[in-house]
Amino acid sequence: MKPYRYQRARDIPGAISALAEEPNATFLAGGTNLVDLLKLGVMEPEVLVDVRRLTSDSVEELPDGGVRIGAAVTNSNLAADRTIRSRYPVLSEALLSGASGQLRNLATTGGNLLQHTRCVYWQDTTTPCNKREPGSGCSALEGHNKNHAILGASEHCVATHPSDMAVAMTALDAFVVVQGRNGEHRIPIEELHRLPGDEPWRDTTLEHGELITAVDLPLLDLAANSKYRKVRERASYAFALVSVAAALDVGEDGTVRDVRLALGGVAHKPWRATKAEEALRGEPINKANLRAAADIELEDAELLRDNAFKVPLARNVIVRTLLDLAEGR
Amino acid sequence: MEQEITIKVDGTGHRLTVDTRTTLLDALRERLGITSPKKGCDHGQCGACTILLAGRRINSCLALAVAFEDEEIVTAEGLAEDGGLHPMHRSFIEHDAFQCGYCTPGQIVSAVGMLEEASSGWPSSVTADLDADEIVLADEEIRERMSGNLCRCAAYVNIVSAISETAGGEARR
Ligand SMILES: Cc1cc2nc3c(=O)[nH]c(=O)nc-3n(C[C@H](O)[C@H](O)[C@H](O)COP(=O)(O)OP(=O)(O)OC[C@H]3O[C@@H](n4cnc5c(N)ncnc54)[C@H](O)[C@@H]3O)c2cc1C
Ligand code: SF4
Ligand code: FES
Ligand code: FES
Repeated sequence: MKPYRYQRARDIPGAISALAEEPNATFLAGGTNLVDLLKLGVMEPEVLVDVRRLTSDSVEELPDGGVRIGAAVTNSNLAADRTIRSRYPVLSEALLSGASGQLRNLATTGGNLLQHTRCVYWQDTTTPCNKREPGSGCSALEGHNKNHAILGASEHCVATHPSDMAVAMTALDAFVVVQGRNGEHRIPIEELHRLPGDEPWRDTTLEHGELITAVDLPLLDLAANSKYRKVRERASYAFALVSVAAALDVGEDGTVRDVRLALGGVAHKPWRATKAEEALRGEPINKANLRAAADIELEDAELLRDNAFKVPLARNVIVRTLLDLAEGR
Repeated sequence: MEQEITIKVDGTGHRLTVDTRTTLLDALRERLGITSPKKGCDHGQCGACTILLAGRRINSCLALAVAFEDEEIVTAEGLAEDGGLHPMHRSFIEHDAFQCGYCTPGQIVSAVGMLEEASSGWPSSVTADLDADEIVLADEEIRERMSGNLCRCAAYVNIVSAISETAGGEARR
């Protein structure tokens, strides 16, 4: 591990200017992802600016009926929060399906959003990887790519985003509150993470030194009927092969009044399934319609050697999750 | 780069100079000779290094020592207040909940932290009613909540029963 300087910023502007002054500095929150990457030599910052105790660590109800989650709220505390459990259960479920009890106690909301891909080639500094070393090639294209993306990838990178929490937040139309040198702004979570395109080294749209201070969940009544389902290779303590976050409102007549759907494990970012949502609005809720809607979303899937299973898996998990919600399970 | 820090472990404060790269796990084991937290994977994947930080269980291998100054740390050695055995220690012995013992201190600290979480009403991913006020620690709940602790000897069956008995005991008290 390369030596680095450690500093604890006194306040948010201090943290932002510390990074502005140092191109090779990075924020440290819980460290459950970053410290691992330091050990692996994948990240080699010269300065760590500790922000774990800088931003808010509470979940507050907003005057407009939404909720603001401080970036320092731990994954455990967020999952256990009473408001989240009753009004946005999909978010609690997503958090509880991720990592382990110990990790969730350290991991923060900001760090979880910005955690890095688990692509094994990215984590192995002896192999080519365009994300780690632009222009070196993508080892996953011809390598072991069972865990890799089926949607929105490029010839330069087929990595997936590993966060469960972010998938739920994407289904919930969350906004990410960001502070930089030019003040604060809010961006829709869908605009936070990027598709790889021909710049796979850029995971997000954030500029160097921009700090996530909070996540806002808007008032969303149908979120009370929401659910997260994650498929993985063992029952617990494993990343998703495919996951689905969904919220559903079905009218008296059995047609879909409104729906939110997002997929994890399929793309370089949490994948908002807008095409499937559109196909479902106003339609009777039944297996055939759900399958058809899932197929529309997955129509553009591009498959690699080992990951074709993700298409039927995603389709089945979408259908089952929405049927469960329709049946009040 | 070196930095001077104070850490409080099992009730005792220690002043030491560490490289900024030192994890809590290495500071405890290599610098303070507190060897009950074990190094299994060093990457957050096994739970052998579990300690309590301000009462909550964490993996000490992913925590930088410089970042956790002045926070209360408890290891498996420090669980019992009177220097004797904690009920969880005793239960692991009575249930024969280990073979080689390497994962055991981490399991025990994790179990103690887990019971605290459950009594705070925290749900898990197998809790049927997310809104429930009280958590009933059925074996399925214990297994899910302890999934962050691996045991290469696969003593899992007895680990679950050791924890289950301690949980029941606490509920009765
Ligand atoms: C064994 C293991 C299993 C796991 N399983 C899962 C799983 O199943 N599902 C899942 O979703 N996750 C899983 N995780 C990942 C875990 O959720 C993340 O490591 C954690 O959420 C990261 O949060 P942190 O606060 O520790 O971030 P850190 O490690 O401190 O930081 C992560 C990144 O975010 C940046 N950052 C942190 N905070 C901010 C901020 N406020 N503003 C701007 N940048 C910031 C850092 O610079 C860094 O690049 C697992 C991790 C491990 C080790
Ligand atoms: S998929 Fe992306 S992260 Fe993985 S090796 Fe290819 S370029 Fe690197
Ligand atoms: S040594 Fe820390 S989790 Fe394995
Ligand atoms: S008792 Fe040997 S690893 Fe658990």
